Amino acid sequence: MTRLPLLAVENLSMRFGGVIAVDDLSFTAYQHEITAIIGPNGAGKTTVFNCLTGFYRPTDGSLVLMSDGRDFRLERLQGYRIARHAGVARTFQNVRLFAGMTVLENLVVAQHVVLTRASGYNIGGLLGLKRHRDAERAAIARAREWLDLIDLTERADEVAGNLPYGAQRRLEIVRAMCTGPRLLCVDEPAAGLNPHESADLAQFLVSIRDRYGIGILLIEHDMSVVMGISDHVVVLNYGRKVADASPAEVRRDPAVIKAYLGEEDD
Amino acid sequence: MRWAPPLKDAGCAALVALTLAFPLIGFQTSDAGVGFTTRFAWVGVAAVVVFVGRLLLGFAPQRFRLHQRGVRSTAVSDGKFVKLAAAALIVFAVLLPVTPLASRRSIDLATLALIYVILGWGLNVVVGLAGLLDLGYVAFYAVGAYSFALAAQWYHLSFWEMLPLSGMTAAMAGILLGIPVLRLRGDYLAIVTLGFGEIVRIVLNNWTAVTGGPNGVGDIPRPTVFGMPIASGAPVGVTTFNQFVGIAYDPMQRLIWLYYVALAVALAINWYSLHIRRLPVGRAWEAMREDEIACRALGLNPTTIKLSAFATGAMTGGFAGVLFAARAGFVSPESFNFQESATVLSIVVLGGMGSQLGVALAAVILATLPEFGREFAQYRMLIFGAAMVAIMIWRPRGIFTVRAPSVRLDRP
Repeated sequence: MTRLPLLAVENLSMRFGGVIAVDDLSFTAYQHEITAIIGPNGAGKTTVFNCLTGFYRPTDGSLVLMSDGRDFRLERLQGYRIARHAGVARTFQNVRLFAGMTVLENLVVAQHVVLTRASGYNIGGLLGLKRHRDAERAAIARAREWLDLIDLTERADEVAGNLPYGAQRRLEIVRAMCTGPRLLCVDEPAAGLNPHESADLAQFLVSIRDRYGIGILLIEHDMSVVMGISDHVVVLNYGRKVADASPAEVRRDPAVIKAYLGEEDD
Repeated sequence: MRWAPPLKDAGCAALVALTLAFPLIGFQTSDAGVGFTTRFAWVGVAAVVVFVGRLLLGFAPQRFRLHQRGVRSTAVSDGKFVKLAAAALIVFAVLLPVTPLASRRSIDLATLALIYVILGWGLNVVVGLAGLLDLGYVAFYAVGAYSFALAAQWYHLSFWEMLPLSGMTAAMAGILLGIPVLRLRGDYLAIVTLGFGEIVRIVLNNWTAVTGGPNGVGDIPRPTVFGMPIASGAPVGVTTFNQFVGIAYDPMQRLIWLYYVALAVALAINWYSLHIRRLPVGRAWEAMREDEIACRALGLNPTTIKLSAFATGAMTGGFAGVLFAARAGFVSPESFNFQESATVLSIVVLGGMGSQLGVALAAVILATLPEFGREFAQYRMLIFGAAMVAIMIWRPRGIFTVRAPSVRLDRP
């Protein structure tokens, strides 16, 4: 199978005053693949995500999302448009659910754009038009499918903030998927999970990739997850790319070992 | 040993009371001259009262204790009780003018209460649902009232023509305020909206050529019954409602009609608020309150969502303003001071942010309490403060904390 590029990051730099968080970074993520970004703490991984999803405006470089023959220049799009038009969804390092709303509501809010259009920008919805009711039913059905996948159907009407941590992590990924993305960016999904939960989560990400054929960008510290499911791995250190290869190659790369373990004193 | 901790606690509280009471109660300025009298006996009384009260609280059953705070009350229930209570309240409201309770004063007071209910529901959209702390809500109330008063004065527009138009004018004012404050959050937003409320009042007060300044605008027309005024006599060519139906004129009829108009507006706004919560925009407001960053990451446009919340809340405030102007027949800037904003905000907070029934109950209580307590006028703020403290201790999330989900999963 030929690899179709999905996201091309070219010469990306992000400076905060004198601090260079990301320095001239280039890599490509492909469709139907899980691309892992790893590196020691402070290597600039989350900064890359924030540039990608419009929370930061990159100092330099370009981020191009290619899809259906269209190119989206992410560095020029306004924050919310990246998710809406380019189809880049993300999760956060510290889970950001709508804690006071129910599990189901979280997933329905994620389908806001579709629902708003179907409800005639809410006016049709206020009049109780059939089109809006059908769209809402479809949105609930879609949410239900996802809830079945992560075993949360029973707790659909519970407040999201009361879920156990692992369930919240899964729900956040599912919420991002409900926007119908082309590229899913997951920021440390296994943080705070036990080994068993991490393995389940890894399998879940693989099943998303296989079922929906989307590209996944994964930041993760848990090497068992990264090495187990990634198709290729980008290693960052001090904002620079150290390696970009398959998991097996990366594991043997002396530059990577140096970044993680430091150099031996002679 | 069971006695020791409550005793110690009560002792500390009494000490605090003593320290506070010494300057506050201990000295009294005398009316004549610059001297003051002392009354240290009362300081002692205050300390003893606090000591005994605190001690009793220490031995009170667990559920009356103060340790419930921090509990995130997020119970999601069917709200059967809420539905029942709401239905009872509506039936009572509809029947009020034919009950023995009906009098000029009570109907007029009930109309005022309804105006506060409408204001509370309007602010509830902004503060309760969208989570935007607005301390200048009275500005939209004023815009609604003044646009009606001025349009009636200059263009002789009627209540029914101005009710939608004033709502729209207020919504525009909401958007105008919304645009510059979109980036602000929390305390900063509160301060800017507070300023906006004051600006509107000061403009009304000083732009004498247009608004009549502190003299206000009078002769505001009452709402007609399908184009027919309620009056004892009318100019040639105008049929009054009384002639049409063939009943003698009674000033009470005007009050009852205005009361029903206010009730109809309130019910319409309630219907609207309940429905909009279940629409995409209503859910987006709540999501924005919970986490704005997550909203952006999901492709929700914060600008339009916040502006729509401001506009909806302002429009409701505008409707309330029109009713206020029609009730009083006269508007002046002093009706729209910060005190009003604070009252409406306390209605929303006391009622339980996001709860329609809670806000309605709080509005009725806060609007009518001062009238019932005329004999205690000088203690009004004291009672009000005590009620606030009690609510914050026992029901920190408002009288009604039940939040009904906007959508439910139909399980097979």
